[in-house]
Amino acid sequence: MGKRFPREELLAPGHRGCAGCGASILVRMALKAAGRDVIVVNSTGCLEVFTTPYPETAWRVPWIHTAFECGGAVASGIERAIKALKKRGKFKDRKITVMPIIGDGGTADIGFQALSGALERGHDIVYIMYDNEAYMNTGVQRSSATPLFASATTAPAGKRSKGEDRPKKDMAMIAAAHGIPYVATACISYPEDLMKKVKKACEIEGPAFIHVLQPCTVGWGYNPEDTIKIGRLAVETGFFPLYEIEHGEFRITYRPAKRKPLKEYIRMQKRYRHLTDEDIEILQKYVDERCKLLGLE
Amino acid sequence: MVTIGAIIYEPGSTVRNKTGGWRTFRPILNTEKCIKCEICYIFCPEGAIYEDEEENFRINYDYCKGCLICSKECPTNAITRVREEK
Amino acid sequence: MERVDVITGTTAAAIGVKLSNVEVIAAYPITPQSECVEMLAKFIADGEFDAEYIKVESEHSAMAACIGASATGVRTFTATAAQGLALMHEMLYIASGMRLPIVMLNTNRALSAPINIWCDHQDSVTERDTGWIQIYAQNNQETLDSIIQAYKIAEDEDVLLPVMVCIDGFILTHTVEPVYIPDERKVRDYLGIYEPKHAYLDPDRPITQGPVGVPECYMETRKQINDAIERAKEVIKRVNEEYYQLFNRRYGNGLVEGYNLENADTVLVAMGSVCETIRYVIDRLKKKGKNIGLLRIRTFRPFPKEEIKEMLEGAENIGVLDRNISFGLNMGALGTEIMATLRDKKICNYIVGLGGRDITPRNIEEIVKHLEESKDVETKWIGLKE
Repeated sequence: MGKRFPREELLAPGHRGCAGCGASILVRMALKAAGRDVIVVNSTGCLEVFTTPYPETAWRVPWIHTAFECGGAVASGIERAIKALKKRGKFKDRKITVMPIIGDGGTADIGFQALSGALERGHDIVYIMYDNEAYMNTGVQRSSATPLFASATTAPAGKRSKGEDRPKKDMAMIAAAHGIPYVATACISYPEDLMKKVKKACEIEGPAFIHVLQPCTVGWGYNPEDTIKIGRLAVETGFFPLYEIEHGEFRITYRPAKRKPLKEYIRMQKRYRHLTDEDIEILQKYVDERCKLLGLE
Repeated sequence: MVTIGAIIYEPGSTVRNKTGGWRTFRPILNTEKCIKCEICYIFCPEGAIYEDEEENFRINYDYCKGCLICSKECPTNAITRVREEK
Repeated sequence: MERVDVITGTTAAAIGVKLSNVEVIAAYPITPQSECVEMLAKFIADGEFDAEYIKVESEHSAMAACIGASATGVRTFTATAAQGLALMHEMLYIASGMRLPIVMLNTNRALSAPINIWCDHQDSVTERDTGWIQIYAQNNQETLDSIIQAYKIAEDEDVLLPVMVCIDGFILTHTVEPVYIPDERKVRDYLGIYEPKHAYLDPDRPITQGPVGVPECYMETRKQINDAIERAKEVIKRVNEEYYQLFNRRYGNGLVEGYNLENADTVLVAMGSVCETIRYVIDRLKKKGKNIGLLRIRTFRPFPKEEIKEMLEGAENIGVLDRNISFGLNMGALGTEIMATLRDKKICNYIVGLGGRDITPRNIEEIVKHLEESKDVETKWIGLKE
């Protein structure tokens, strides 16, 4: 019987990710899709911290972490170094994928400039933004990827606050505006879709950017067993549509038969528990408008 | 002796860190009911589900943290849960 | 074949980089460094030089890209100054902490505010504790030679630390001097190819670089860096001699260079291009029967304590020139360190040439006069306007 998923584990167990951690699921899937010829770049964040407390590492592929805001630049340096090494005859006829796997803070906020530079310069990298919609590593502070009305420790809900007061920054579209050959959104609840996109991104020459939604038990407030279910609801409600933009051509890669009410997604998470039905209606309208824009009725 | 630049030369060395002790609930996989759809396998955050020689899926309790995603997602309810005895 | 060109300090540095067979350059323009990275881009555009050149969007990214490239196992270079160096600050610690032999040209320039593009040493002395070796060149020839030497030092297995070659903004960067250009093949044979054993990203040997340094290991990493930069002293001296054997030029013992120190009671201590001005004044005063010595500090890091003690043993009046100021201490960095090294000597500290204020021969004479007349330890600002 043919296997549905590759068996090689390039992220070792024993890492210190929380039970039900979405980031570890993403890394397992991404590396299964990419294979061994990959160099991973992490910026500071959950993933870096829980996989590499000296003297142990969970990584079975070459891995580097430097600082928080420079994943794009470090990846650029590695990509060019590989080119230089090829001139010496190393890595002959091999395509080594340089893969930054960086959180929403390290991508949409502090690392935004380095990312933009790397995309604009056309480096052959596969940049994966693992989006858990806040600074989870430091205690759930809001980032520019925190969605409207979610409560975060620096945007808490309160008597005079409904939590985060700005909608989520649209990183995939910002990446696409750089005119790069491949942009996609993905969610860990759809492994085949995600892995297909990573594989495609590895094969395409030039920069690829994949924005992956990755539920977080701690920051979003739900039972660990619901990580996949919540991700699925994010997609089924149209909160997080799955699409790709290949050489400028936009395509929805997963179309829910009928979009579920956003309320189902919202009511499962503690970060939204302060919301009234009227508040959720506002969010529903916002999601409806965005779906319409993407042609996802 | 700390290595130069604190470089770690042993890939995947976290295998020494048995995270099974984190568990409150233990998932139990009933091979009879398993249809080998690989859903539990791909969704496990630890990579703690593996195939044995007979290609049956098993749970490695050395690392399973008991998140129960496998149990929740299993389409045939082949994975049940019991509380860990301390 | 060796030849002589009449060139600026930034061009000399660029030629040094080309001769050193650098493989990845990541750079962002900033005055007074820009000509260096422009020259490198031109060498590549003209097909004279086969390096990968990353036109990054900031100095922070320049250092980050060099770290990425160096960690993959290639020879790297960047150049910067002042605000650019300050922007790199956290990455400087990361380069040394990851033990990556990156070489950088820093064209010394004052820090804002107010914004000022002219020379002082505030930018690089501020980075003295980052684990980088710092070489201060005094002219364009030494700039070129120091870049080549920097790779030899940085990549030595006893060292494995980044090196910053510091040259005075405008005074060296924008002034032409005759410079001997060494034979390309000779330099390449001397340096060889960078093939690290400790750190290179390679799917065939998956290592983890830059992990979480838990309290159980962090302190040891600091000690290792400190030991390595201490070992660098011997390496710098050795490279200085090897270079002399091959290219017929040396700079003191590599760490310090003395001038007219024999029988001089009064000695000035300084770094960078001002040493040439001091030498000129020393020669002039000698004709008037005055014996003044100069101790030029070539490597501010590692700090050559032993040499300083030895070479200033007989000196009675020591004047240290600082092109930087530690606010709240009213002393410069070199002054405090010379004082810490020579605890029982009378040492005066002179704050000079900040933000491009000229240091004239008259200023040097004023310093000598003050030094000979002063009875106690003092800090004096030289060249201030009324």
